[in-house]
Amino acid sequence: MKTILMTRRVLLAAMLCLLVPALAWAGNLISGQRFGADNEIVVTFSEPLAPAVAGEAANYSVHEEADPDIRLAVAEVALSEDGRTATLKFAEPLNTVKTHVVSMAGAGAAETFRVSKSYLGYLLGILVSALLINNFVFTKYLGLCVFFGTSKRKDTAKGMGITFTIVMVASAIMSWFFYQFILKPFDLNFLQIVIFIGLVSLTVQAVDTVLRKVNPALFNAFGVYLVLVIANCVILAVPLILADNEYNFFETVMLALGAGGGFMLALYLMSSVRERMELANVPRAFKGVPIAFIVAGQFALAFLGFSGLNIF
Amino acid sequence: MATDKTNLQLVTNGILNENPIFRLVLSMCPAVGISTTVMNGFMLGIAVLFVQVFSSCTIAIFKDKIHPRIRIPTYTLTIATWVTVIDMVLAAYLPEAYAKMGIFIKLIVAFAIITMRLEMFAGKESVTASFWDGIGMGLGFMFGMMALGFVRELLGLGTVLGYDVLGFKPLLFFILPFAGFFCVGLMMGFFNYIEARYRRAKRA
Repeated sequence: MKTILMTRRVLLAAMLCLLVPALAWAGNLISGQRFGADNEIVVTFSEPLAPAVAGEAANYSVHEEADPDIRLAVAEVALSEDGRTATLKFAEPLNTVKTHVVSMAGAGAAETFRVSKSYLGYLLGILVSALLINNFVFTKYLGLCVFFGTSKRKDTAKGMGITFTIVMVASAIMSWFFYQFILKPFDLNFLQIVIFIGLVSLTVQAVDTVLRKVNPALFNAFGVYLVLVIANCVILAVPLILADNEYNFFETVMLALGAGGGFMLALYLMSSVRERMELANVPRAFKGVPIAFIVAGQFALAFLGFSGLNIF
Repeated sequence: MATDKTNLQLVTNGILNENPIFRLVLSMCPAVGISTTVMNGFMLGIAVLFVQVFSSCTIAIFKDKIHPRIRIPTYTLTIATWVTVIDMVLAAYLPEAYAKMGIFIKLIVAFAIITMRLEMFAGKESVTASFWDGIGMGLGFMFGMMALGFVRELLGLGTVLGYDVLGFKPLLFFILPFAGFFCVGLMMGFFNYIEARYRRAKRA
């Protein structure tokens, strides 16, 4: 029994020895920092601090890295009982996408550290957001013409979804290059619409021509959907959104994938319902498109449930 | 090939028989997304009317010089040019309405109705016929949007064009964004029903 306790203590001491250099490198006092709820920053200290030091809102000063002039007011600070964890609460929700800089006075020398989300999580956040939370079909009401036109059969839905996703990603990447390296440097922003839709229709035409020659079988399967891609508002909305938000390359790819995937998901869900609906006894005036709209409304209602979903 | 319809028939055709929203089921995105008030529908309707008429005329003028293989990209670029014009005009002169419409003005480019009319009509017919067809389609779209806006505004807010008509709010549900789907579905069903009744009465 005693030996086990001894070994445990030794192990603990060894772990502490291993940790010490890491803590010293991190700037000793602050051992961890992260975003809590949408208006919180949680700071962990390596040693217990007095409430008069770490629990005073006036001792903290927080700003976004990009705007050092705009100080975010700390409404209150909740210090845990052991004095090691302080939760800074703000009056307004933080923009957790941006890196925040926190300076803390009072504990000897002032401490300054940065709080940010992991970038990979942020990228996945964009993907999930475009896929579910801000699904282009059910919460932004875009791409509906094609959506109602091609959701009668599951096979059609799959074909359209895949074709659309491929063209979407390709044209979004091209739009991003054009926007960053041609439109912005030469101040040609008023040409956005023409350039973006031009790129889309050229992509479609190119894929059409290449596929017809290289792989006729694949063309027979997906060729019919290619023309429809141009008539889908989503294909234009994505480049406009990424230009508005100044997305970088990876964010662009994620948004395009999310938009395409979300459209495919919506199509597939809808086609499953519509295949069954043909057997249902619908009033004659509502047969076909009208009842499809009402089903889509119910889907939209269900997709509202995803709002507030925050995984990363 | 010339159409045998008179100009008036071309216009009424767009408003009634081939109404873009309730009959052709094209351009549904704005019909669901921003048809919450009559005014919104009217503004977007005006924008679409201009784009449709101008692009129809442009394509009708140049139809002989466009290679059939690249006609779709040509149509799209023509529409995009006119949408850019409308977009900038609205942003300059009606900034408030422009802000309400948001991204939808720019998305007129991708509205299926315009491309489809160019493909089906303006690419084959004379300039005059295309002009009247464009007017008809634009008015039909505007009518559809305003009808939807009327129902949603009246039932959701109890107002028409911002004026208080009912004095109370019957069904707040209709003003919520997703109710656009329900509203379009119900109205389409309603029109189908009216038409069926009308046909039966005619036959009897």
